[in-house]
Amino acid sequence: MSDKKARPNRSFDKSLWVFHVNTGSCNGCDIEILAALTPRYDVERFGIKLVGSPRHADALLVTGPVSREMVDKLKRFYEQVPDPKVVIVVGSCGISGGVFHESYDLVGPVDRIIPVDVYVPGCPPRPEAIIDGVVKAWMKLERLRGENK
Amino acid sequence: MVDNLIHLIEIIIGTILVGAFGILFGLLTKGIDRKLAAHMQWRIGPPIIQPFRDVKKLFCKENIVPRNAVTWLYNSAPIICLASTIAVLLYIPLGSIPPVLGGYGDVILILYLLTIPSLAMVAGGFASGSPFATVGAQREMVLMMSYEFPLATTVIALGWKISTLHPGSVAFSLSTFARYPVWNIMGPFGIIGAAILLVVMLLVTTGEITKVPFDIAEAETEIAEGLFVEYSGKNLGLFYLADAVKTVVMASLIVALFFPYNLSTYLASHISLPTIAWQTVDFLFYLFKIEIVIFFAMTFIRVSVARFKVDQVVRVYWGYLTLAALIALLLIALDVLL
Repeated sequence: MSDKKARPNRSFDKSLWVFHVNTGSCNGCDIEILAALTPRYDVERFGIKLVGSPRHADALLVTGPVSREMVDKLKRFYEQVPDPKVVIVVGSCGISGGVFHESYDLVGPVDRIIPVDVYVPGCPPRPEAIIDGVVKAWMKLERLRGENK
Repeated sequence: MVDNLIHLIEIIIGTILVGAFGILFGLLTKGIDRKLAAHMQWRIGPPIIQPFRDVKKLFCKENIVPRNAVTWLYNSAPIICLASTIAVLLYIPLGSIPPVLGGYGDVILILYLLTIPSLAMVAGGFASGSPFATVGAQREMVLMMSYEFPLATTVIALGWKISTLHPGSVAFSLSTFARYPVWNIMGPFGIIGAAILLVVMLLVTTGEITKVPFDIAEAETEIAEGLFVEYSGKNLGLFYLADAVKTVVMASLIVALFFPYNLSTYLASHISLPTIAWQTVDFLFYLFKIEIVIFFAMTFIRVSVARFKVDQVVRVYWGYLTLAALIALLLIALDVLL
């Protein structure tokens, strides 16, 4: 999934900028993501930062089961993130559809639309779990480094 | 001919050194700012070298150019922005080290040069062909037009006072400002005026380096980072560096205008050290002054308040700050007359 030219260097482990996409989530996961940014968990001390544009991001944080309206938008978000990139899905909805899995408006789960690297289950997952998901994403970047060497 | 050549080589080496200093110290300053801001919010915050990691990461990311962007302008805007910001730093004395291009320009030139980084950002924003970036570029222009007048008033008030007291001196040269520090030449009214001008200048700095509450141009919550919305990878890294250098430039300008004191002028008669050692001491003292200025102009303000709306920014600059600057100008005029 990663471009051959763009190879992650070590600074990715210490500086991961995250763009958050809500594809129709109930806001539960989004609030837990915000909780991870609060002084109690303070992910900025690991260099993790929430950015406002997908072009600046290294990781795409997707919440929610993908509703019909969001399909092409999610694809475009994914394409706009410059390589190397990781995709983290937060919450049961994005993994399996969750409580919405029978909905008429559901196209997801997320991995049916874009490639996903890390799944963080929970409805909603705790902030610790989300931070753990980011650590898993770092492991993926480490693997990319190893593969490309 | 040979003299000219040596002079030219000196300037080139000086430029490289000052550029490297601006970038490295700017990034360090950004790190200190983030750490202090985090502590003020009861957080631990990133390590001080975090901006270096950010830049290192940005430089190895993919550099995306949007299909409907004006490619040459889009790619050259970050370079112009960084280069022009470093160019301003060449005219400002660093501690007791004279500026590289000291004899070639004064504060008026600096005022003009300071608009170029903003204009480069505006050009880059318009060239990216994104509605968010266009909105951001327009807001940046509004911001630029807003803070220019109080900034110019501040500089002119101080320069005019010096020129009336010392008619022979080169009025707007920064070395003149360094020779006659503002607080030493003012009477009682003038000191009040200069204090008001200092506050105005600190708030202008916040706008100039587009930080909260004046960061309307890159408001990430409303217009998705505004100007920089389409920028990624290397280009974004260059803008990041330019922002870091600009912070140093604005803080240096305040230090040069208001606090040009050097430790050597006061302590050299008591402690005997070689000239180079005194220059080092002065340089470190200057870095310390810069950090203090940045704390008040950037960290303290951005942690304390939320972002203004566009019209509020214009009202603050054209209304309150211009009024304050003009009152300060009158106070200084009163000081001259009495």
